[in-house]
Amino acid sequence: MNAARKNPFNTYAAHGALILYTLIALFPVFVIVINSFKTRKAIFREPLALPNSDSFSLIGYETVLKQGDFFLYFQNSMIVTVGSLFFILLFGAMAAFALAEYRFKGNLIMGLYLALGIMIPIRIGTVAILEMMVQTGLVNTLWALILVYTAQGLPLAVFILSEFMRQVSDDLKNAGRIDGLSEYRIFFRLVLPLVRPAMATVAVFNMIPIWNDLWFPLILAPAEEVKTLTLGSQVFIGQFVTDWNAVLSALSLAILPVMALYVIFSRQLIRGITSGAVK
Amino acid sequence: MSDPHSKPKFRWHIVVFLAPAVLVYTAVMIYPLFNTLRLSLFTEVDQARVYVGLQNFRTLFGDTVWSTQFWNALGNNFWFFVIHMLVQNPIGIALAAILSHPKLRFASFYRSAIFIPTILSFVIVGFAWKLILSPIWGIAPGMLDAVGLKSLYAPWLGKEAYALTTLSLVSVWQFVGIPMMLIYAALLSIPEEILEAAEVEGITGLAAFWKIKLPLILPSIGIISILTFVANFNAFDLIYAAQGALAGPDFSTDILGTFMYRTFFGFQLQLGDPHMGSTIASAMFAIILVGVCLYLFGIQSRMRRYQF
Repeated sequence: MNAARKNPFNTYAAHGALILYTLIALFPVFVIVINSFKTRKAIFREPLALPNSDSFSLIGYETVLKQGDFFLYFQNSMIVTVGSLFFILLFGAMAAFALAEYRFKGNLIMGLYLALGIMIPIRIGTVAILEMMVQTGLVNTLWALILVYTAQGLPLAVFILSEFMRQVSDDLKNAGRIDGLSEYRIFFRLVLPLVRPAMATVAVFNMIPIWNDLWFPLILAPAEEVKTLTLGSQVFIGQFVTDWNAVLSALSLAILPVMALYVIFSRQLIRGITSGAVK
Repeated sequence: MSDPHSKPKFRWHIVVFLAPAVLVYTAVMIYPLFNTLRLSLFTEVDQARVYVGLQNFRTLFGDTVWSTQFWNALGNNFWFFVIHMLVQNPIGIALAAILSHPKLRFASFYRSAIFIPTILSFVIVGFAWKLILSPIWGIAPGMLDAVGLKSLYAPWLGKEAYALTTLSLVSVWQFVGIPMMLIYAALLSIPEEILEAAEVEGITGLAAFWKIKLPLILPSIGIISILTFVANFNAFDLIYAAQGALAGPDFSTDILGTFMYRTFFGFQLQLGDPHMGSTIASAMFAIILVGVCLYLFGIQSRMRRYQF
């Protein structure tokens, strides 16, 4: 440990390795974004050059905005992600509270039953999920996706939140009971505000996989009016595969929202991971 | 809470708290999972569902058309997993070890930057790498040329021999942030006293890593391995985004997820078959179950955990 502080060579080596890997991590994103602002000729002539007054062009973005309905896709992705997170957090917190707070017959079994889904991927049941969604008429609606992502997110949410709810002081809850608060009020008024950091962690963990998922939109909601941004860009790029300007612009537009979310929530995400919420 | 004169009441609020989560989880996850397993025992004859017992499994493992595809997909999936274990996890551990040095400047910048690929969707990652490695654009050959290694270039994604390994490495590139973060967290939780005691004994630097830190973070490495296993044997998106449902060239990048998708939905001339799709899903379920059980009973229960 101290050797690193004493020996400048070690420090340089550490920075060298980290810089090298940072470049590897960022290079593809960088290349895609800079080339999306260039003319077709410049993309091929000097792929690594920054756009200048000569090679700058927004033709790709024009094609994308004219041909693809990216605002609609973005809106669909927003609805699905926010809706799923809302239900994961609400239902997950309620179940976690029941498991953490009350002793009742079957508590342990119920906890294990809900934890099963942490390790078993929901995709295995896709054939039957599609059949069910067709029967209930939910196929090609955003509700199908919201239900699936809620079910997928609940196990880990219940697991993490119940760990945190066990730490909420009993005195506080009992004081509330003496004051005549109902169990529902104790949950919503006293406990929920105290576990807000844990809820944020759960939200951030679930947000990115839901936003990025391709499998369920492809299978449950492929219709034009309910396409998510991930599926929409996949289909768009597939159709315009020879139009490099359009493909690069579509990729950049798809990167933009996730990067914005990441910039906003990265501290929360990293704190969540490093605080050992997923041991 | 309750009136002391009455008998203990049935506590309805417990039911109310549990019901929404249990209902959604059961209806959308657990029930379809078992229903899929059940559907693998049926087939369709004249638009009617007929029970055929284990016939579908016999077809999957016995009929050469199916079994070659299945073993090809399973073998490819295994190789996909091996590359992740051999490349992604060691790089992740190494980066975490460097990052966890105290007093390292810009640590949070590096950490955030290296995590960026992980947040991107498979569609972006798949296409971005496809373009970069493409011989038409020439970024990859151009860069190799700059360091005098142009002869090493090949259109990797188009060659049967390299395509799967290339895609595995792209996936490694994308997900290296996860082992890095989890190991980083584990390394930070090692108490300073232990490291100081080691330092007094003269164990520093690399020796401290191998002899003290690595044994202490073994449980985290175990968890990362099982997470990698489940994610890999359930992967689909990257292959589909980069190579399409046919997992070309000539099925050389076909893994269980793409195989199931093709079977379930059909492609080109083959009609979709939900029952064979369920059969493959059941096989995937069995594989994942065996892996998770091996981990839980074979590895995790034997691992020593240290409480600080």
